[in-house]
Amino acid sequence: MPPSDDRAFPGTIFDESAILSIKDLSRMCAVDERHIVEFVEEGVLSAVSVSSEWRFTGDALRRARLAVRLERDLELNLAGVALAVELLEELAQLRRELGARR
Amino acid sequence: MEFKDYYKVMGVARDATDAQIKQAYRKLARKYHPDVSKEKDAEARFKDVGEAYEVLKSPEKRAAYDQLGQDYRPGQDFRPPPNWDSGFEFSGAGPGGDASYSDFFDALFGAQARAGRGRRAETQPGRGEDHHAKVMLDLQASLNGGTRSFTLRVPEIDAEGRLVSRERTLNVQVPKGILAGQQIRLAGQGEPAHGNGTAGDLYIEVEFQPDPLYRVDGRDLYLELPVAPWEAALGATVTTPTPGGNVELKIPAGSHAGSKLRLKGRGIPAAQPGDFYVVLQIALPPADGEKAKAAYAAMAAALPFNPRASLGV
Repeated sequence: MPPSDDRAFPGTIFDESAILSIKDLSRMCAVDERHIVEFVEEGVLSAVSVSSEWRFTGDALRRARLAVRLERDLELNLAGVALAVELLEELAQLRRELGARR
Repeated sequence: MEFKDYYKVMGVARDATDAQIKQAYRKLARKYHPDVSKEKDAEARFKDVGEAYEVLKSPEKRAAYDQLGQDYRPGQDFRPPPNWDSGFEFSGAGPGGDASYSDFFDALFGAQARAGRGRRAETQPGRGEDHHAKVMLDLQASLNGGTRSFTLRVPEIDAEGRLVSRERTLNVQVPKGILAGQQIRLAGQGEPAHGNGTAGDLYIEVEFQPDPLYRVDGRDLYLELPVAPWEAALGATVTTPTPGGNVELKIPAGSHAGSKLRLKGRGIPAAQPGDFYVVLQIALPPADGEKAKAAYAAMAAALPFNPRASLGV
């Protein structure tokens, strides 16, 4: 039986609805702002400039958290993190396509 | 409680150098890290490896562990002797991130590690931490919206200060049009507030369960539609399932296997919705009776057809 709707929490698609500042992102990933800047400079994250301040979309949170985990647990440097994040996303995409073809 | 042989977990000798331990850790971490590994039990294995490394990379912890471990075999029942750790000074931040360690580790290093760990830097005092989870979602939930029930494991600090995980079932109104890899945010459903701060948020990352009919590519959906050879050759109108219900689809004459027909805007909903693609497959009728065999023979006689012409034979 499906759960009744009146007790359900309304969810929003974070990736599309959210606009994050560097301060938000640094708090949400528990790393300092300088580190977020390094991720942007290395191309791990992309930011848009709004009146000389960076803004991130919600999917930057997922990428930044992944980058932080890889960096910490695999002891990767920034360039390694950037490469790993790119390859992992490509791999996920390929797995999705492959899984759907079977 | 079982004694844990951290050297065995890491696959190194008891007299391994720091460099060897580091090398072993990196190799195992790449193999079992939940973000990169497809191994079964990757998460549990990575936790074991992380715990072993946490002890063996620290000269103080390793020395304490070595002294204690002399008389123990893996799996043997273990009880830390009183004041076993006197004379050792522990430093460093202790377990990083969301790691939760075994009872064995907690019994040895728990108090020190957690004392040294403290709370992570907070920019908003009293705000609960955000929680993150991953769930498998059926495609229908994204296509039509609707409520789904998820069971999540939530990390908590229990009365004795230990990190434990608790199961929590949550009903969520899934936002229509969510895609694989995207996150659903549930405001205030993370860690409760400390004092009079605000609660953290819960982020649920979505992956689709394989759908029996449709393949998903971004916002586009694909359906493999079997048609009879004469339907493809002569054209036909056939009933086709789509997420919005069955439709009558016109197959143009002269279609072949792999022909793609597009139904615009009938993919995953959004301001700019995805498209729905029908990919034709030719299904052959079985030649399982006199009539069917005669029909195939008549076709062979009537058509000068070489299916291998493109191979040059």
